[in-house]
Amino acid sequence: MTTLDLRASHRPHLPLRATVALSVGAWLVAWLAEAPLADWLAFTAFGLERGSHFGEAVAFFLLDVPKVLLLLLGIITVVTLIRGFFPPERVRAALAGRGLLAGTVTAASFGIVTPSCSCSAVPLFIGFVEAGIPLGVTFAFLISSPMVNEVALVLLWGLFGPGIALVYMTAGLVVAIVGGLVIGKLGMERYVEDYVWALQGKGGTVTAITITWQDRIHEAWAYTKELVRRITPYLLIGIGIGALIHGYAPTELVAAIGGRSNPLAVPIVVLIAIPLYSNAAGTIPIVQALLGKGMPLGTTLGFMMAITAISLPEFIILRRVIRWPLVATFGTVVTIGILCIGYLFNALIP
Amino acid sequence: MKKIEVLGPGCNNCVRLEKNAREAVAMAGVDAEVTKVTDYAEIMAYGIMSTPGLVIDGKVVSYGRVPSAGDIAAWLSE
Repeated sequence: MTTLDLRASHRPHLPLRATVALSVGAWLVAWLAEAPLADWLAFTAFGLERGSHFGEAVAFFLLDVPKVLLLLLGIITVVTLIRGFFPPERVRAALAGRGLLAGTVTAASFGIVTPSCSCSAVPLFIGFVEAGIPLGVTFAFLISSPMVNEVALVLLWGLFGPGIALVYMTAGLVVAIVGGLVIGKLGMERYVEDYVWALQGKGGTVTAITITWQDRIHEAWAYTKELVRRITPYLLIGIGIGALIHGYAPTELVAAIGGRSNPLAVPIVVLIAIPLYSNAAGTIPIVQALLGKGMPLGTTLGFMMAITAISLPEFIILRRVIRWPLVATFGTVVTIGILCIGYLFNALIP
Repeated sequence: MKKIEVLGPGCNNCVRLEKNAREAVAMAGVDAEVTKVTDYAEIMAYGIMSTPGLVIDGKVVSYGRVPSAGDIAAWLSE
């Protein structure tokens, strides 16, 4: 009976359904109560003046921090649960043998639900190549997976609204699909390390391991808690800086650096984004405040895409499977794609 | 003695899995050795693409997720 005892000690004591129902209920109550509570705290409990720099900054902080944390906890748990049904092993099976265009589109779409982690890029790459999936299709996936990731989407939705989150997702998919097709056309197969080709057809296959709903929910929650714990410090700093900008930064300053009058705004923000790789939690709140201060949408989108998609650690880690010319091509294609999106939206939305 | 291998290049989840595996060994009270496999070719040879993977005595028991110490202990005492 040791088996059962060990398992029981790590399980919640309430039945699964009750725990889920209670959590969903608590989440909804918190979600509805959050905005009025933040307002009340700032302007009634703390007695700050409405419209004052300090008052608006504090209210912004109090409103955004719980809102984003609630969204992250709720949505990442659900997304992680869904993602459990699309492991890369299954994605690979779905991609093998598809036409080039269909394969590229499917690969980019799968990138939305699969986890983004620079350390998973290499096993994915080898696994795809091993199964005979074309290089362009593989890169479509590698571009979309970190760029269209759930943390960025949740933050965009929470701070900017669903419209911009959707625009970002669509733009990200377009960059991934076009980027994948371009890299596929360039015929750079010879820049893939020889040992990767040698592995082709040699990989073992694992049998699918069945997982119970209880395990799925338990793990999704554990993963979400760990992720939120890890990004919360960045989030607090980001929202804090965002709040300061919101309350204090003069609109003219933002307009001068990132505004429409500066034709180099898009490449400048992309450059700034490079060292901020994948720190969406810390930067998106700042970007939101900048958008509020008059930074155009295209520049804003370009900045966020560069943060999530241009990741130096990922490029370095990919060097283990591909040679520098292909790494550089990958980086260049992604960067050009992001610049195009930035200029396009700046031109479209006056 | 049981041989536990944690497959993964060393990301967050791999570190968590290794920690859980060591906890599980203590929980189950079995004699086991936990080793990390970080070489990609070796990892891929097990047929998994989603890390971290967990191998007990040469058999893949989980991949792409971080099972709890309790789960691992249960597998160890099977």
